[in-house]
Amino acid sequence: MTTPPANPAAALPEPLSVAGGVKLPWHRARTSLIGFALPLGGLLVAFGIGAIMLAASGANPLVAYQALFKGAFGSRNNIIETLVKSTPILFVALGVTFAFRCSVWNIGSEGQLHIGAVGATLAGLAMKSLTPNLPPILAIPIMILGGFLFGGLYASFAGVLKVKWEVNEVITTIMMNFVAILFVQYLTFGPLRDPAANGLPMSAYILEAAQLARLVARSRLHLGVVLAVVAAVLVYIVLWKTTLGYQIRAVGANPRAAKHAGINVPRSVFVAMVISGGLAGLAGMSEVAGLHYRLLDSFSPGYGQAGTVVALLGNLHPIAIIPAALLFGGLITGADTMARTVQVSTTIITVIQGIMVLFVLGSQFLVDKLEG
Amino acid sequence: MAAFLRMENIGKRFGQLQANDQITFEAEAGEIHALLGENGAGKTTLMNILYGLYQPDSGGIYLRGEKVKIRSPQDSIRHGVGMVHQHFMLVPPFTVVQNVVLGLRSSRGPFLDTDRAAARIRELANQYGLKVDPEAFVWQLSVGAQQRVEILKALYRGAQLLVLDEPTAVLTPQETKEFFLTLRAMAERGHTVIFITHKMEEVMEISDRCTVLRDGKVVGTVKTGETTDTELARMMVGREVVFRVEKKPAKPGEVVLDVRELSVAGERGLLAVRGLSLQVRAGEILGLAGVDGNGQTELAEAIIGLRRPVAGRISIAGHDMTGATPRQVIEQKVTHIPEDRMTMGLVPTFSVQENLILDSYDQAPYSRRPLGNGKSGWFLNARAILDHARQAITDYNIKAPGPEARTKMLSGGNLQKLVLARAMYHAPRLLVAVQPTRGLDVGATEFIWNRLLAEREAGRAILLISADLDEVLQLSDRIAVLFEGEIMGTLPVQGIDVVELGLLMAGAKRLPA
Repeated sequence: MTTPPANPAAALPEPLSVAGGVKLPWHRARTSLIGFALPLGGLLVAFGIGAIMLAASGANPLVAYQALFKGAFGSRNNIIETLVKSTPILFVALGVTFAFRCSVWNIGSEGQLHIGAVGATLAGLAMKSLTPNLPPILAIPIMILGGFLFGGLYASFAGVLKVKWEVNEVITTIMMNFVAILFVQYLTFGPLRDPAANGLPMSAYILEAAQLARLVARSRLHLGVVLAVVAAVLVYIVLWKTTLGYQIRAVGANPRAAKHAGINVPRSVFVAMVISGGLAGLAGMSEVAGLHYRLLDSFSPGYGQAGTVVALLGNLHPIAIIPAALLFGGLITGADTMARTVQVSTTIITVIQGIMVLFVLGSQFLVDKLEG
Repeated sequence: MAAFLRMENIGKRFGQLQANDQITFEAEAGEIHALLGENGAGKTTLMNILYGLYQPDSGGIYLRGEKVKIRSPQDSIRHGVGMVHQHFMLVPPFTVVQNVVLGLRSSRGPFLDTDRAAARIRELANQYGLKVDPEAFVWQLSVGAQQRVEILKALYRGAQLLVLDEPTAVLTPQETKEFFLTLRAMAERGHTVIFITHKMEEVMEISDRCTVLRDGKVVGTVKTGETTDTELARMMVGREVVFRVEKKPAKPGEVVLDVRELSVAGERGLLAVRGLSLQVRAGEILGLAGVDGNGQTELAEAIIGLRRPVAGRISIAGHDMTGATPRQVIEQKVTHIPEDRMTMGLVPTFSVQENLILDSYDQAPYSRRPLGNGKSGWFLNARAILDHARQAITDYNIKAPGPEARTKMLSGGNLQKLVLARAMYHAPRLLVAVQPTRGLDVGATEFIWNRLLAEREAGRAILLISADLDEVLQLSDRIAVLFEGEIMGTLPVQGIDVVELGLLMAGAKRLPA
């Protein structure tokens, strides 16, 4: 073996040149032209295959995609709706990034999101009855804390099981998704149901001061989107600028070497799981505090899964997942318009999303091969 | 009459290493033939060639006088060659019968014919004295019984020649006795048994003939009845000791590492280190010689806090560190070079600068508080980390594109320099170096050796654990020989008798403590 020539990656700032990870190709940051071009090519191929499927179901793919784009970004309202949908997806993707960087396979974002929403709702309702005059400057941090703590606590069960008894976290977190979704259903039909809601499965409104401000008058765009972007920057700082992040990435990329170097591996795994769950919990908080102002049954159309996919699409890089979240938010928003325009089912968008992930991840393997 | 097996002029090269060099080796039908040699002498390579796992670069294999081409284990099985590896190739949730017939064609087409197979297994078991219940699940069996299943597998497939790679390493003394009876029974029925070993006692007890390999070459083949263990030890390790590195006389200081009556359990729960005591002083290198797998790994892991001892005491500079965590051991200024740099020493996807702080990332100056008062804290100090990396790259002559280069792009020698740099940078009291030059070329090896000697001069205590006898001879001030978890003797390296060392390593001799 000889020393390879200096590569362009070496000159780039962190974390582009240091993304950690052994098992997963997408741990590798894209640094070269190929690294950027191939995943974009993967996206295009996914749309291409989607076009064939659209044509096969009797629709004109060009018309369909035009409608999709228009539905997602065609007007001010559509853009706002895309941003609204992207917000919880981004929170979840950040949480997934945190866990996956530590090689902790938290697939339970959907559940943690639901429990986070419960935490936020309880905080909002408690403040309403106990401290009705609390100003937003205090009420909103309490909401954030409520969402984060509940999501984190819920994930911590899977964390303890993994660390103490080596129970596979993929299984436990998936199972706990169902528990959480049904628990929210139970709460909204049962103990938390608002008598004034005419029997609909929803809680009472939370304290007004605890609601996230609307950014644009008479629209659904709320402060949550700003919080999500702030969270992305914070996750970036924690992962690459702090000792905690270093520890988590080291454990994720080579637990054995980390252990030999004196790093407490089980503790890192546990912490990564809790923070990951907390971030997913913030997605639920943002839906409650920013959009519905109360807890609803089935308020999430699968943001947990979408966020997981977005994290992978964004290469587990907290900044790169922002555009990925926008793309998915846009796909969800535009799907209805497309379905109405060309008379196809919205599920075709889900298929395209799946193909996208397949091709983008596939392109990561290729990038790895080409860059050596 | 031609020998049952003849391997003629076998050559095999791995990169820079000539693992087998013009080896000619013969084994007769009905004999037990021991293959003796140090680690890396080429024994396993030769047998893997016979079994079809490797293709030789040159030479040919003759069975029953006919030249055969063995391209894969399937070929060798067809020719009646079986092999029992050191690590068993069994499926634990399957029964013995299921394991034995695995991969074979059933007489009942797509359906298994386990009854007939079980009957045949019982028959073979009786003939060869291999006590195994064909219906038992493999996971329920002791290690000795699992080995019997491996032998049955080979016999069931019609093996005339059986190769056993260090078969007794995993056995208890009682199991070894029974195992030898089986080998005898096989030889009496005309099978050829070749077994690879490091243990002199076994060679003397069970083999008819013995071939000794050294550095990939045949030193000689002798009839066991006509030789002595001293003669075999001389063949195995005999060499001129040429000191290739300059070494000033040691100035040993106070005791840094003090290990007393230490017992450590290995992976299978058996004791791998048994009541071992040793001391390493500041400014000296204690070399721990011994064949791989005699408790080296477990001892090192116990010292650095990765494995809890069963009994005994470890103290470092007077502090009791028995059962301490790796972190606590590091805090006592103990660092180590692990056995395998890629999996235990480094994070391959991290940058060079990140790997250089793997054991000190949370210490000042690499971590700091936001206002920078010189104490360690939550944030990484990018400036300090980069400066440190630049310095280490220069000091240790690490050939890397830069501090930000991904570690896995470095060559083996540079990876090891990186590990060494990290281990030595913060002036440890004690360095535990396990196989520090394994797989490195001559240049990198000499660099590492000279660095280790320089650290010795600087007053550090170094425990060098290496299966490479040359390395131990070159660097150590004293040599302790490890055999089956015990120290067979400690010798000063000045005027050392290499044959005596060989006898100690093969467990044929023990010095009074």
